[in-house]
Formats: sequence, C-alpha cells, structure tokens
Amino acid sequence: MKTHDSSPRHGIIKRFGNFLDDRTGWRALLHEALFERVPGGARWRYVWGSTLVFAFMTQVVTGLFLWASYSASGQTAWESVWYIQHEMAGGWLLRGIHHFMAQAMVILLALHLLQVVIDGAYKAPREVNFWLGLVLMMLVLGMALTGYLLPWDQKGYWATRVATNLAGIVPFVGPQLQQLILGGPDYGHHTLTRFFALHAGFLPATLVLFLVVHLALFRRHGLHAKQPITKPDGMFWPDQLLKDAVAMLAVMAVILGVILVPAVRTMLAGGDVATGELGAELGAPADPSQPYAAARPEWYFLFLFQFLKVFEGWGATGEFLGAIVVPGLVMGVMFLMPILGNWKLGHRFNVAFTLGLFAGVAMLTGLALDEDYAALWTDKSKLAEATRLLEETDGDEEKLLAAVGGDAKKASAIARQFPEVEKLRRSEAFLAAARAARADAERAAELAGRPERIPPGGALELVRNDPLSQGPRLFAQHCASCHSYVDPSSSDAGANVAKASAPNLHGFGTAAWVTGLLDPAQVAGPAYFGNTAHKDGDMVSFVKDDLQDADIWKPADIEAVIAAMAAEAGRGESKTPPATIAHGRDLIASDERCGACHRFGDNDTDLGTACDLTGWGSREWLVGIITNPAHERFYGDSNDRMPSFGKAVEGGIPPLTDEQIGLLADWLRGTWYRP
Amino acid sequence: MRGRNLTRSLVTTREKGMKPDTHAPAKDDSRRDFLAKATAIACGGLATLVPVAAGVCTFLDPLRRTSAAATFLPVTDLSAIPDDGVPRQFAIVAERVDAWTGFPREPIGAVYLRRQKGSQEVEALTATCPHAGCFIDLEPGSRSFRCPCHNSSFTLDGGIVEPSPSPRPMDSLECRVGENGQVAVKWGTFRAGIAEKVAGT
Repeated sequence: MKTHDSSPRHGIIKRFGNFLDDRTGWRALLHEALFERVPGGARWRYVWGSTLVFAFMTQVVTGLFLWASYSASGQTAWESVWYIQHEMAGGWLLRGIHHFMAQAMVILLALHLLQVVIDGAYKAPREVNFWLGLVLMMLVLGMALTGYLLPWDQKGYWATRVATNLAGIVPFVGPQLQQLILGGPDYGHHTLTRFFALHAGFLPATLVLFLVVHLALFRRHGLHAKQPITKPDGMFWPDQLLKDAVAMLAVMAVILGVILVPAVRTMLAGGDVATGELGAELGAPADPSQPYAAARPEWYFLFLFQFLKVFEGWGATGEFLGAIVVPGLVMGVMFLMPILGNWKLGHRFNVAFTLGLFAGVAMLTGLALDEDYAALWTDKSKLAEATRLLEETDGDEEKLLAAVGGDAKKASAIARQFPEVEKLRRSEAFLAAARAARADAERAAELAGRPERIPPGGALELVRNDPLSQGPRLFAQHCASCHSYVDPSSSDAGANVAKASAPNLHGFGTAAWVTGLLDPAQVAGPAYFGNTAHKDGDMVSFVKDDLQDADIWKPADIEAVIAAMAAEAGRGESKTPPATIAHGRDLIASDERCGACHRFGDNDTDLGTACDLTGWGSREWLVGIITNPAHERFYGDSNDRMPSFGKAVEGGIPPLTDEQIGLLADWLRGTWYRP
Repeated sequence: MRGRNLTRSLVTTREKGMKPDTHAPAKDDSRRDFLAKATAIACGGLATLVPVAAGVCTFLDPLRRTSAAATFLPVTDLSAIPDDGVPRQFAIVAERVDAWTGFPREPIGAVYLRRQKGSQEVEALTATCPHAGCFIDLEPGSRSFRCPCHNSSFTLDGGIVEPSPSPRPMDSLECRVGENGQVAVKWGTFRAGIAEKVAGT
C-alpha cells in the first residue's frame, strides 16, 4: 500500500492531512465530490438543484435552532413561537428565514422540475432519478403542509382542519387515516406532536435518504447537458459551483429582502421598527370555538383550494374528484413521463403537459387571489346601482323589474351584474376578516407581552378574558340587535345610530355621553331614548322643560352634574376641580333636583321610580344593569325590552355568564390592558 | 465499504505477484451458505422488528380513542332565542379532555338555534361546515348562511343553496326544551366531505 511521506519537510497541516488520508482516503472522496466534468461548461440553468440543496440545508439549520426553543402542545406551541418571535434575540430573523425559505423551496422545486422536463433530463438512464425527484418534491410539500400548523395559530389551525378533513374522504381508510393524523378523535396536543414529529423527524429523515440516492445517481449518470454543446467542458469545482454559490447568495438575499423591506420602509417613514413584527406572521392563538373567516392555505396550496371550487354542485363526488382523483392522476402522469418520453412525441407531450400544469396552477392561484382581493381593484361606483338593487330585491326577478320601472332590458343588464356584486361582497367580507384576524393577532401578541406573562393555561385564556377582544363580539351577539355602539364623531354615525332601537353606548360613562343625555335636542333622539318606551318619559320631559329653566338650572350647575356623573363612572382621571364635583353630587342627591326621582347615595328617594345613580356607570353598576335591568335599582317595572342577561328561571341557564357580563362592562367602560 | 477495500487489496496483492491471501474465505457448499444467509436475515429482521413494532403500536394508539358519544348538553334559555325565525349562534360549553389535559368548562363548538313565530320548538344546526369543517357564518342581514372557506351557502333552515361545494345540507342536531325553558342540544360531530351524515370527526 502506498503511504504518504511523513518527513518533517512538510508543514504540520499537510502532515496531519496525510495522516488522515492514509486512514480514511478523504482526498479521493473530496476529489470524487468536486471534480466532476460539466459537459459544455458551467451554465446558469444547472443551478436549481444545488440551490434546492442549499435551501434544504438552510431549513435544517434554522429548523434545528427553532426546535431548540419550540414546545409542541396545545398550551405551549403558540406561546413558545410568540416568545421566539417577540422576545428572543434574532428570533424574528430565524423564524423569518425558515418561513420564507420554505416558500422559496417550492418555487425552486418548480424551476428545477421545469428545467429537467424541458431539457429531457428524465430520459433513460435517468428515469429512476426523476422518480426520486418526484418523491422528494412530495416530501418537501409535506413538510410545508405540516409546518403550517406548528405555531398553533388561527391561520394554521383552520387551514389544517380543511386539509385533514380532506384526508378523511380517502376511500376505505379515510376516517382511520384522519384519526391517525390528528392523534385522536379531535384536534389537540397530539395533533401538534404528530405534525412536529412528521415535520422535523420522519419527513426530513426520509428526504435526506432520498436526497443521498438522488445525488449519487446524479453523479453516476453525470450531468445531463443541454444540447447542442458548443463550449468546451468545464469542471464542477470551481466553474459550476461558482455559479451555484452566486445563485444561493441571490436566494438568501431575496429572503432577507422580503424580511427586511418592511423595516426599511418604516425607517424611511421615520417610524420605529418593532422586530417582532418582521418576518413570518403569527396569528391569534388557535381557538376552535372562534370562527376564522380568513382561513386560507399558504399561497402555494391556493391552487388546490381553488380547484375544489371548480367542482361546485358536484357534492361529495366533486370533493373526491378535486381533492384526490385529479391530483392523483396528475402525479400519475408525472411518474409515467420517463416512459412516455420513449415514444416519438412523448417528450413534446411531457413538456406540454408540464407547461399546461404550471399554467393551470398559475391560473387557479390567480383566480383564488382575485376572488379574495377583488374589492381592492373593482370599480365600486360602476356596481353601485346593482349593489343597491340586489339589496332591495334580494335577486328576485319580478321585484327587480318593478324596481327599474318595468324596463326589461335594464333589469336583465342589472341582473347580469349581480354575480359581480356577490363577488365584491365576498371579497369585502374576506378583506374585513383578514383585517380582523390581523387585529386579533396583534392584540394577542400585546397581551402575551404583559409584565405578568402568559398564564399556565396558555394565551387563549388571555384572549378569552380580554375585554377588548371579547367585548365587541359579545356586544354584536347579544346587544347590537337593539343598541348601537357608534363613535358620534365618525362620518356615518347618524345613520347607524338611527337604525338602533336603544341608546348608543359608545362612550357610556363619559362626560360627553352625559352631556348628550342632558341636551334637549338629543335626549329624545335615537342616541338616547328616542327609539325606546322612555321617549315620552319623565326624564325626557325633565331635560326638555325643567332643565331649560335657567333660574333653577344655571349652566354651571348642569356642568357640575355632568362632572359628578362622570366621576361616579370613574372612567379615567377628571380635570374638573373636586369642589365642582362635590357640588354636582349635592345637586344629584338633592330632592329638589335629580334626587326628586333618583336615589343617590343616602338620599331618601325610594327605589323603583328611576335608576339609582349611586356609582352610575361604574363596573359594578353596569354589571348590575346587564344582569337584571328590571331590578328596582334600575328600571324596575318600567324596564322597556332589555332582557336580564345574568338571570335565568329556576334551573335554567342565563344568556351570559358572570364572566361575560364582566367582560362587556369592562369593554363598555374602556377598561382593558394597554401596553 | 469493507468489501471494496478487500477486493482492492486482493487485486494489489495479485498484481504485485505476492502469494495468494490464505485468509480468503473458502468456497462453501451452497447449503451452508443458504442457512447462514437465512439465519442472518431472520436474526437481523427480528432484532429490528422489536423497536419498530413498539413504535408502530404507540403510533396507532389514537385509533383506540373515540370521541364521546353524543349527549344532550344544556345551551341556553328559550327566552334568549327570539321567535323571529332568525338563527342565533350559541357556544357549546362542556368539559373537554385533550390527551393529558382536562378542561372543566370549555367552548367546544357552536350551534345556530332558531325559533319560528310563536313556536316553543327550537331548531338546531351545528356551525361546522359539512364540506371541510370550517366555521359557518351567518350572512350580514341574516338571510342565509355562508362558509367563508369555500363559499358553501345554506338557507336559514340549513338546506343547500346550489351550486355548492358542500355534499350535504348543514347538520341538524336534536334539540330539547325543558319545562323550565332550558334548551339542550344533542351535541355531536359528523364526518366532513361525504354525502351522508355520519357521526365522527
């Protein structure tokens, strides 16, 4: 056996290299790895495979470091990702790279596949390697799909629900398959642990295995050169590797660009950059009981999502065709490509099929985006009339004909616009849902960042107990059928307030609200008692008559009462001098003024005639009136239509729990955590 | 790897004209050869099978877990459902077990309840879309239901509005109104994406 010269003539490094080479043969291995002939010289079109390997290695590196900080369970997944994103040094960058490199990988995969098919690199003897490539592609897509769920946010949760429900319609084994994927009959801890094991264990391990064979076979066959070869051969190292490395750097630069451009924009606009906002977004924590109308898969799966809509009206068959049969057939044809390629027109067919497939995917993706974002570029003024008429006639032909004055031609022209209007409506609903989702996400991140940190029950507990998040929902569900909640300074306040049949509760408890109540022009208006049974009540006549008598009620008195009422409610610090407030309290209590009807503090007025104004607008007072407005402390027998939300008949269930009433009261009073 | 090195060293010895390697394995009879191979495969296979079997067994455990049988759960009071024929959404709150975590009271889903004018009967529809399991919304104006995921539309009584990607109407739930006005719903989940209403996830 030949051994290296180990005489001291050589340097220590050289000698150590020789020592290792004698025992491992590493030089031959390295030579084998790098000194590969590139027929016709290095070319840019050969870089896709190498950039894919680079992208995968990036995912391995960033993924392992993310793993070191991630915790897969229902109460810790979102929380640990939030911590990575918002608290850990450079966590946003690490997550951002992992998130966007996953998307880059899908694009690179498409380019690699396109190049291989167009160049005919799948033909004999490279068939097996082409098949291996297709398997690798499915593994990458599988990793993308499983990775989407891991942050356990609303976005990932609802998108995955759709995907796993589709698994359930696979013939024969569907339900069992679904149960295995979910790790039980429902979504929970084990869905996460399984997806994580797939995403970071099974799938990448399998991928590495296939990748090794893929590369070994690639070396065995040599590079499939694009014909005709006009230039002299080059070497893989350094000719092709130089181009590869430049491409890798370019990919990385694009990824960094995507992550950092928003920051640069903010800085140019003179704002402060919050690094937690950069890179991959994190939605609100997953909540199975909270609808998520913005549910969409990641953009590279949008085409499949849209494809399902093609089968509208086909029922279960359509679902089966769209989600399983057609994608299965497409994959089948792709697997057959190397064999089809042997026929005379086979290669042309393969190229046409692949291009057609890519065009179809691009078209479906475009359609999906257009449906969701149409409202951004649709000219609403053109559809204004059709929108109004659809609202009025509900799409009924006869009503429409009557509405346009019997003009049949115009009616049919309008009717033709109805689908456009529907599309616009859906798009607006989606955009609103997406905005709401972003607001929820920001709020959840804000709550998680409280000094008290996230409770052991997880961030969902925080969101569910947050007046700012839950108040508007509870109000919409239980109060908004009568009450309005409209900022009087907003542009369409008038119309929105007029629609309601009970007072506008925006700013309830503030001096401004009381000022409106004591304004003769407003008290019988829709923002106060105008649309209620108290429209002609004692309070309205008091404001309209008694209060206008300037001999008794000096303007300063009224202002003192307003200040005292606001002080009772205790929403925020008051600038009014304490003496004025004390004067106002005296006026309220006095049996010649408000106290004639209202109980206040320890005045002697009986309950039951009018609301007790003690602590008016305070949390306790609001909880009380929402719980039972017919209590003698509030409206008693003269209660108009307001239900008792916290009271139920014996053994029954109240419409709202004590916690929910508390949330509503806090929200109405504007009391919630602010950073 | 070892085999290749071995061959290479054999070749070099032969080339250098040294005497043949006396340690080279003798040419065996095929019977002994077969036995050795079979035993090797059996032993190795068996040894590998043990950890794989243990892993697969645990991995398949979820198949043994079934969702709780549909039971009547109290939802709300009759007074909370106005008799105007418009569905109202209510949360289903119940205890829930997620593997090792037990939640004493958690919203586990939602139903739409509605009541016709003057009627004491309540109709209940689950808010989970029979198409792919998304959360069905009530359209603004409460004229119909719509699922935000794939635009399946349903009438207020849960019927399909064609064309729809959904294979079946919204899933109705059994509903019971107690003497004290307590509304209870027989809560259950149904398989998505198929034409029949079958219990399951």
